[in-house]
Amino acid sequence: MKARCFGAVFIFFCVVVTGASVAAHHGTASFDTSKDLTLKGTVTDWIWANPHCFLKFDAMDETGTVRNWAVEVSNPTDMTKRGWARSSFKVGDVVTVNLQPVKNGAPIGRLRNVVLPDGSTLSAMGPAPAAAAPVQ
Amino acid sequence: MKAWCACVLVSAVSVVVGAQDWNRAGLPDSAVNAPKTNAAPAPRRDVSGIWDAGGAGIAGPGHESAPWTDWAKQKAGSYKPGNGPRAVYEADINDPLSTVCDPAGFPRLVMYETRPFQIVQTPNQVLVLYMFEKRWRVIWTDGRPLPKNPDPRWYGYSVGRWEDDYTFVVNTIGTDERTWLDNSGNPHSSELKVEERYHRVNHDLMELTVTLDDPKAYTRPWTPRNKMPLTLAPATFDMMEMICSPTEVMDFRKNISDRTNKK
Repeated sequence: MKARCFGAVFIFFCVVVTGASVAAHHGTASFDTSKDLTLKGTVTDWIWANPHCFLKFDAMDETGTVRNWAVEVSNPTDMTKRGWARSSFKVGDVVTVNLQPVKNGAPIGRLRNVVLPDGSTLSAMGPAPAAAAPVQ
Repeated sequence: MKAWCACVLVSAVSVVVGAQDWNRAGLPDSAVNAPKTNAAPAPRRDVSGIWDAGGAGIAGPGHESAPWTDWAKQKAGSYKPGNGPRAVYEADINDPLSTVCDPAGFPRLVMYETRPFQIVQTPNQVLVLYMFEKRWRVIWTDGRPLPKNPDPRWYGYSVGRWEDDYTFVVNTIGTDERTWLDNSGNPHSSELKVEERYHRVNHDLMELTVTLDDPKAYTRPWTPRNKMPLTLAPATFDMMEMICSPTEVMDFRKNISDRTNKK
């Protein structure tokens, strides 16, 4: 009985609580999928919108130049399933962003994951966290 | 032990359901993909409820179509899709849905971004309320025939009938050929005929099959959705908005898309 009950609870959590995500409206043609950049910067804007949310931040590159980056993630629906929210960032937050840049050298890219000021990480690619927090 | 088990389950249900009453983005994939071995039998002539196809519904890369006719090749020659074998740089995409927020139209709404949707049955209509675009369709079930030579509509004209107690069949014509079928830029003509088959397997599971017959654009009928599983969501499920706003799209293009062009 105990085993059956545990099984029922386990299945319930597997079925209802865990999550995954997907991307949608465009492919990867613009992006240099062989590159992987990690930049520490300061948030200047966080846009929670369709077709894609995007984060803007100032960061210094390897040449010592500060550029304003704009990096996209998926849409609010997908990001909600991953535990992101409109309130995930505020202007002035110092964040560490791992991203895949575009091929043309502009400070544009796709965000892979970001470390927040409190040390926690939000992921934008790959399997979604097991229990993404719902938005209230 | 029974009491303990019941207590844990009730607590789990109340925590999860109570915490997720608003802004549900969709069921987790684990829920969509879970085997439905213990589900109750399908109710008779009832497809109502909120249904979720999970990741399969989105179909971002588009669909492998039947061969194009010469008309289709000419029609889609100017299409610059963001996905599929003809994908272009993000800056060059001219998909009317994602670049200027034209309606997805029908049947793209069941070919791409088929996010959670709610089916409502009335005595003479079946209404489908889609999370994507926050759009709805009316499927007439009062026995009327499809119109003759109708003016095109973004979402066409639809009639439905019960083929048997568990299979609801919808036929649609009169679509607008300005819309694309999917993200890879498959075209269609206004002569397109669409058949959707909603087969309720059991209480929690339904299968959607979509067949397209458009001899002006394709050399044969084809079935982009073949028994796509749809999972019944809880009755408390509150769908998020997922709307294409021209203001938001222009902002995205200015900040991202338009800056991704080739050197």
